[in-house]
Amino acid sequence: MNPIIELKGISKQFGKVIALDEISFQLYPGEVHCLLGDNGAGKSTLIKILSGVHRPSRGEFLFEGKPIELDSPRQALDRGIATVFQDLAMLSLMSITRNFFLGREPKKSFGPIKVFDSASAERTTTEELKKIGIRLRDPDQAVGTLSGGERQAVAIARAVYFGAKVLILDEPTSALGVKEAAVVLKYVVQSKAKGIGVIFITHNVHHAWAVGDTFTVLNRGRSYGTFRKAETHREKLLEMMAGGEELDELAVELDLITKRDSGPMSELEHRVA
Amino acid sequence: MPLAEAPSQMTLVRKLLIRPELGAFVAAVAIFLFFASVAGQGFLSVSGTINYLEVAAQVGIVAVAVSLLMIAGEFDLSVGSMIGAPGMIIALAVTQFAWPLWAAIILAFLFSLLVGYVNGWLVVKTRLPSFIITLASMFLLRGLTIGFTLLITNVTRASGLGAYTEGDFLAPVFVGRPLGVPISIWWWLGLSLVLGWMLFRTPFGNWIFAAGGDPWAARNVGVPVTRVKISLFMLTAVGATLLSIIQVLDTGSADVLRGEQKELEAIAAAVIGGCLLTGGYGSVYGAAIGSLILGMIQQGIVFTRISTDWYRAVLGGMLLAAVLLNNYLRHRALRSR
Repeated sequence: MNPIIELKGISKQFGKVIALDEISFQLYPGEVHCLLGDNGAGKSTLIKILSGVHRPSRGEFLFEGKPIELDSPRQALDRGIATVFQDLAMLSLMSITRNFFLGREPKKSFGPIKVFDSASAERTTTEELKKIGIRLRDPDQAVGTLSGGERQAVAIARAVYFGAKVLILDEPTSALGVKEAAVVLKYVVQSKAKGIGVIFITHNVHHAWAVGDTFTVLNRGRSYGTFRKAETHREKLLEMMAGGEELDELAVELDLITKRDSGPMSELEHRVA
Repeated sequence: MPLAEAPSQMTLVRKLLIRPELGAFVAAVAIFLFFASVAGQGFLSVSGTINYLEVAAQVGIVAVAVSLLMIAGEFDLSVGSMIGAPGMIIALAVTQFAWPLWAAIILAFLFSLLVGYVNGWLVVKTRLPSFIITLASMFLLRGLTIGFTLLITNVTRASGLGAYTEGDFLAPVFVGRPLGVPISIWWWLGLSLVLGWMLFRTPFGNWIFAAGGDPWAARNVGVPVTRVKISLFMLTAVGATLLSIIQVLDTGSADVLRGEQKELEAIAAAVIGGCLLTGGYGSVYGAAIGSLILGMIQQGIVFTRISTDWYRAVLGGMLLAAVLLNNYLRHRALRSR
């Protein structure tokens, strides 16, 4: 099987700042590829390149074996690369149906006049959400009335409905409670089962480990490499994310600070008392 | 089987409750009943009704366009100046340069499209708040109108236009009283219906909500946010020009100061009608009802024995009440599940 997306030495610079340095990985259909990394590791820059917001400064971006250049998220979407951004790209005051079809409204023609076909839009939205286990009382209700997990579900269902071949999920579980996160992870697995290649960005190793097949760990714009699930384990990923030795150094530093500052602190406590 | 019917009735009630126009509609009914009981026959007579509808139409023609722009997340403070300038352009073109009226009208519309485009382009490209950009164009347009008019005619008024409407093929679109109702009222109703239909029933309407709700998210799913915003700035300018032409041809004269503060009345009408100042929410129908409220208050006061000097105080109180009520209703809409 050929990879659906392949990155070869992708780099991105903003002025003098190197946000990404020589990132390479492959994504196969029906695979969940987890991108792990702490804040500032370059995850968001990488998503923006994959979703067409930014262009890479160097390197090759292959889609279905051919190099592509994306100028906008819409172009990525048209090729089947759908991104569910962290802030969800959902308009909370707009109805679920209108959100679902935003930018791809079904049209009904009355002669030369094209009208938003709300009846068919509502029907489709209700059906598609039922498939993933959400029963809508009213597809006309505002997205703002949904919980965070439900909104993720709508966003994922929308991407799948419009024929996504690649689904990029940006921290889909980070703002959710444990139960809701589990539901979203279920959608990830469902999408995978449909043969969609999923790129799952997270800094939560537990969520990644639960659904991931392969793992790429980013740290300060560089890749620590890509690992199959069988080749690694959770603790190793966690250690790489945190920057391994850096964490050990930090422990030593913290220890020193605690010892050095214990004097003045107790003095302060006296004064407060 | 009353139990089986209950859910659909609930949905209907709930659907009405989350409409942005609800607050304005209730207020309009209340204000109508108030003046009907206090002001009595004069307010309720045919001529009284036409009277306040005409005042409402003067605000409404602009307010319905302004409401779309506000839903798309932008302001246009230059609307008032765009009521002054095109009228003067027509008056000068016809009286000073002997243009035929229809050509002057077309020139005025082309001018408004250009101003709207420049407003929109500047807002989108500079990413500065439209409040500032259009505040600048408000002063610029007004100043240029006064300056050029004085330069050309030495006075700030141009009159005697009435004679030119006779026999002009474009004039009947903007003057007269079809079926005994002033044409401004027809334009107001027509525009409200057409633009309201566009907002709620077409893909473009969907994009208007999206452009104001979250432009970044809208762009990501392929909504041409720049195009939506610029075209709405152009629409707003065209709305103001339409009102300007109707006024100029109705009174037969143009004044450099015409339309002052109309931009604020239009915004007030849109807000009373449920538009959110931050964009992404509102209704054209609401703005139309909002202008009806303004018209009823302004003329209703005339029919009572209260001095009309109180109009602005009433308007201010009304606006405050409307914002509070709409705020409450919107929170309810988001909570209703």
